[in-house]
Amino acid sequence: MAALFKARKALAMAVNYGTRSLTQLAELPELHQMLRQTCRDYAEKELAPVAGQLDKNHTFPAKQVRELGAMGVMAVEVPESLGGAGMDYLAYSLAVEELSRGCASTGVIVSVNNSLYLGPVLAFGTEEQKQQWISPFTTGEKVGCFALSEPGNGSDAGAASTLARQEGDEWVLNGTKAWITNCWDASAAVVFATTDKSLKHKGISAFLVPMPHPGLSLGKKEDKLGIRASSTANLILEDCRIPLGNLLGQRGMGFKIGMQTLDSGRIGIASQALGIAQAALDCAADYAHKRTAFGAPIARLQAIQFKLADMAVALESARLLTWKAAMLRDAKKPYSKAAAMAKLAASEAATFVSHQAIQVLGGMGYVTDMPAERHYRDARITEIYEGTSEIQRLVIANQVLKEYQQ
Amino acid sequence: MAARVLVGVKRVIDYAVKIRVKPDNTGVVTDGVKHSMNPFCEIAVEEAVRLKEKKLVKEVVAVSCGPQQVQETIRTALAMGADRGIHVEVSGKDYDSLGPLQVSKILAALAKKEEASLIILGKQAIDDDCNQTGQMTAALLDWPQGTFASEVAVEGDKLKVIREVDGGLETIKINLPAVVTADLRLNTPRYATLPNIMKAKKKKITNVKPGDLGVDLTSRLEVLRVDEPPQRQAGVKVETVEDLVGKLKEAGRI
Repeated sequence: MAALFKARKALAMAVNYGTRSLTQLAELPELHQMLRQTCRDYAEKELAPVAGQLDKNHTFPAKQVRELGAMGVMAVEVPESLGGAGMDYLAYSLAVEELSRGCASTGVIVSVNNSLYLGPVLAFGTEEQKQQWISPFTTGEKVGCFALSEPGNGSDAGAASTLARQEGDEWVLNGTKAWITNCWDASAAVVFATTDKSLKHKGISAFLVPMPHPGLSLGKKEDKLGIRASSTANLILEDCRIPLGNLLGQRGMGFKIGMQTLDSGRIGIASQALGIAQAALDCAADYAHKRTAFGAPIARLQAIQFKLADMAVALESARLLTWKAAMLRDAKKPYSKAAAMAKLAASEAATFVSHQAIQVLGGMGYVTDMPAERHYRDARITEIYEGTSEIQRLVIANQVLKEYQQ
Repeated sequence: MAARVLVGVKRVIDYAVKIRVKPDNTGVVTDGVKHSMNPFCEIAVEEAVRLKEKKLVKEVVAVSCGPQQVQETIRTALAMGADRGIHVEVSGKDYDSLGPLQVSKILAALAKKEEASLIILGKQAIDDDCNQTGQMTAALLDWPQGTFASEVAVEGDKLKVIREVDGGLETIKINLPAVVTADLRLNTPRYATLPNIMKAKKKKITNVKPGDLGVDLTSRLEVLRVDEPPQRQAGVKVETVEDLVGKLKEAGRI
């Protein structure tokens, strides 16, 4: 009995992290290769060993977030003058992928801080706002969040019912935001509220709200299927008063800010999905070499080989789409279609690969001794947040049809 | 106060890779295999960078001997905080037969040329496990050595080194200039930060040929054959102590 337990533990501990994958790195510039290797080392040594515990106990990885902040990973695109790493979006994508491979929750915490919080402030903030709302959020000591969705509307972002009215030298916010990632651990939020309901989506504005703050309270933490080390809850605003200077961008610009932010954020989530898929593939391929059945390692069976091949192709194609989207954005070229394609492909790859990984592991895939079940649970959300797969398809179709405009 | 520290960094097959012997038994497969900085060299770089951060040394110079690819290893050292790098170009057959004696001659020559007063190396490389370069370098330079260091402290113009030895820990005091080799518990190497990775790109790596240093690379060793470790044989179960003794006598063990 003890021997069986030991053997199972040994199998569980011995997941190989794909050490022959030199060719993946060959196409990237040296700087990006070094960054990728550094994040991979960090993920293997500091994230993967604790990811299971973090997930089980729903623990926010505060120590790891601070360490990543010190490495510059919490603010990859932010210029050095504001405390960031001053690197490009491709670097950011690689960092999120490698970190997510170790721990998907940590990946989304890094992604939300970079893309959904720092992103809009960098793009639309005044110099003063950047000083106040960016610099403290680059070190990992503080993280931000993004409050767009409401209980009544997720995909239907234009129908925001959170209200913002001007009263003297203050904005007063009222309403409820739902599904806000990081909110229990955040020190600031970008909140979208409507300043003029009659203008529909053109009446939405974006606001910077410090946390905690009078008039702002948090709902109970959602008990999620996956990414459990990151907190998700409602943000409740009841006569929440903020200075006029906390308006981000122009009045009525909120919808545009939201959509542009999500365009970029999509690349972050695609990268997270890639990391989850890679971790699942690592697990399955390693297991296939070690598990014997019918007198030989199951890696010899074509049924297993075909699965691994399909998994590898899904992952690699999604990865190239993601890199392309990041590189287009870095080149300041239009990237909406590419980003939507990347997010769609990567999230569907993550669910496919993690599903098949459990299948390859058989019974072992269903128990917590192996990380396969966690990858399966973590993968599922990537098809939903920051734009559901259905929304991505609409975005892509829209772009494709534009190209063939009659 | 040591002004300049030379740190040797070796590019080796990554510790996690499963090593395969070449079919012709002349060596191990290195093509397409993941390489990284020798773990003990990482510890050496970390120690040097810490000394610099404590303002006990002025400049950290990372050195590596080998073909073009070792530049990656030097860049990693730069990303960890080394100030500049020196790439000693050795390739082909010379690289295949490069060993501690030649490397220590190179390091000794560089130490004189660069006017270094401290050399920190890893205690050994995880590919050949020679554990000789530090010692040979010290001997060639006639400098004192503190090997298997688990702690290094600067005390004026001397170094206090705590060494990990079989019997426990040995504390010695040596004069500078000196050679120190890093053992596992000396420190935990840092992760390169993104800004440092970017800065590393701008730091200088100079190329040097062994001939320029007056070093002859001819090896005095010839590798005859490389084999995999023998496969573990199945054991034999015996019923009684007499059987055991009988079997041991049969196998010539007693």
